Amino acid sequence: MGELGVFIILALVTLIPAVVVVTSHNIVRAALSLVPSFLGVTGLYILLQAEFLAGIQVLIYVGAITVLLLFVIMLTEGGTGVRLRQVNEQVPLGAMAAVWLAFVIIVILTRTVWPIGAGSPPPYNAVAIGNAFMTDYVLIFEATSLVLLVSLIGAIVTARGEE
Amino acid sequence: MSWVLELLKAIGLTVVIFTFLAVVTAMIGVYLERKIAGWIQARLGPKHVGPQGLLQTVADTVKLLQKEHITPRRADVLMFNAAPVVVAVAALLDWVVIPFGTLGSRVLIVRDINIGVLYFSAMASITVLGIITAGWSSNNKYALLGGLRSASQLISYELPLALGILWAAMVAGTLSTVGIVEAQIQQGGWFLFTLPPPVGRLGAPFGILAAVTFLVAATAEVNRVPFDLPEAESELVAGYFVEYTGMRFALFQLGEYGEMFGMAALATIMFLGGWAEPHLAPYLWVAVALGTFVVAAVILLTARHSLIIRPILILALLTAAVSLLMSVGIHLPSIVWFLLKLFTLVFFLMWVRWTYPRLRLDQLLNLSWKVLLPLGLLNLLATALVLTLGGR
Repeated sequence: MGELGVFIILALVTLIPAVVVVTSHNIVRAALSLVPSFLGVTGLYILLQAEFLAGIQVLIYVGAITVLLLFVIMLTEGGTGVRLRQVNEQVPLGAMAAVWLAFVIIVILTRTVWPIGAGSPPPYNAVAIGNAFMTDYVLIFEATSLVLLVSLIGAIVTARGEE
Repeated sequence: MSWVLELLKAIGLTVVIFTFLAVVTAMIGVYLERKIAGWIQARLGPKHVGPQGLLQTVADTVKLLQKEHITPRRADVLMFNAAPVVVAVAALLDWVVIPFGTLGSRVLIVRDINIGVLYFSAMASITVLGIITAGWSSNNKYALLGGLRSASQLISYELPLALGILWAAMVAGTLSTVGIVEAQIQQGGWFLFTLPPPVGRLGAPFGILAAVTFLVAATAEVNRVPFDLPEAESELVAGYFVEYTGMRFALFQLGEYGEMFGMAALATIMFLGGWAEPHLAPYLWVAVALGTFVVAAVILLTARHSLIIRPILILALLTAAVSLLMSVGIHLPSIVWFLLKLFTLVFFLMWVRWTYPRLRLDQLLNLSWKVLLPLGLLNLLATALVLTLGGR
């Protein structure tokens, strides 16, 4: 019961700012509304006892991604303009795509038999995450690192080309 | 109904942190800053309100409380009002994971969570959001420039800061702040000078390098000179908080000092052994005391103004008293050791602030990306290699 209440509160904290993100006419406000939304997701992680993930979520998404977004907005010419249209003539098409996507997701969620594992997650899951990355998921981990490295080098090359 | 108790406990501890730490960090911090600035610039600093000007900050706070709140006409009101609160709250939330010492077998900490240092850096990174928001919502070009500079500075310095934290977490083998201190007690030495057993004192260069990386990045993260570009008075009037008045301005100060003390506390925990008392042979303690006396005597004999050197003499006397106590085997409470180390670091940060000129923006970014980041990464790799070869 208590868990359900917390979940509902956290879901509202996540969803209401998310609506502001996609409807606000003010791009800086939209970017800043991501913060409570991300914090709501952090709360959900904590509810699931994934506190390492929760810490990373705040550090990366709230602390870095949002700051990066704001940084880019403020560097863009006219980006800090207060009035901004978030809709264009493709609204019906977008709405149809969204409804279709929601339908597919709901069907998948209701049709899937979710396995419910017995027992509780390890009390200190940073070690477990590290071990998993270095053993079972090492290929995925390395491939992701490679993709990030390539995009990093690409960014540097692009930046230097403009000089 | 255990969750009601939990909630009440959390609220109580929050009140304690926010009131006690707000008083300690902001009031003592501002007072110390002004006094130390005074000594370094060969003047007296606050002197008239209370003994030695001790009540100056209290008087300033009362004055600020009475000031009018002014919101600029074209400002984004909601964000303008929220920004100082975000800065202050994020800075004070750092303190949840700081252990102050031990009382009996209990560790004096609000909550020892198993992701302690990760939580700390996450909270520290939220502060900048408040700063950018303040800069943007003020609708003032100087404020906006301050906020922008703050963003670029944070993006650059978060990485070396995280590398420093990662170093300590890796050596200790845990992310918990209490665990890091206990690892240092167990190995019988600070991470600054000692690595775990097979390496021992030979690991001192790694520890010192990591500590320097962390401290430089931490100074940049809390926007202090020589990294105070976001609030550079001579260029941006006051930077991101130029439009704020009264208590909102004071909240920014509270956030700044709260975070600075927090960073110093984390450095104490990670590199200076937290609340653990240092172990030296008795004759070494006597040597430290005698050395302090010699330094004090030299200062006393060569100084021209006795008023200005008085604080230095008091500090020297304190050091000598502590070392003499230690040499005869009288132990101080662990919280005293923690505060001693904390305030030594705070003093060091203030010393740096009033000694060095401000960096230019390109120098600041170069220092982070071309010096601190490779240095931190290499240090992390080298330490891991040494520890692995040592059979950990």
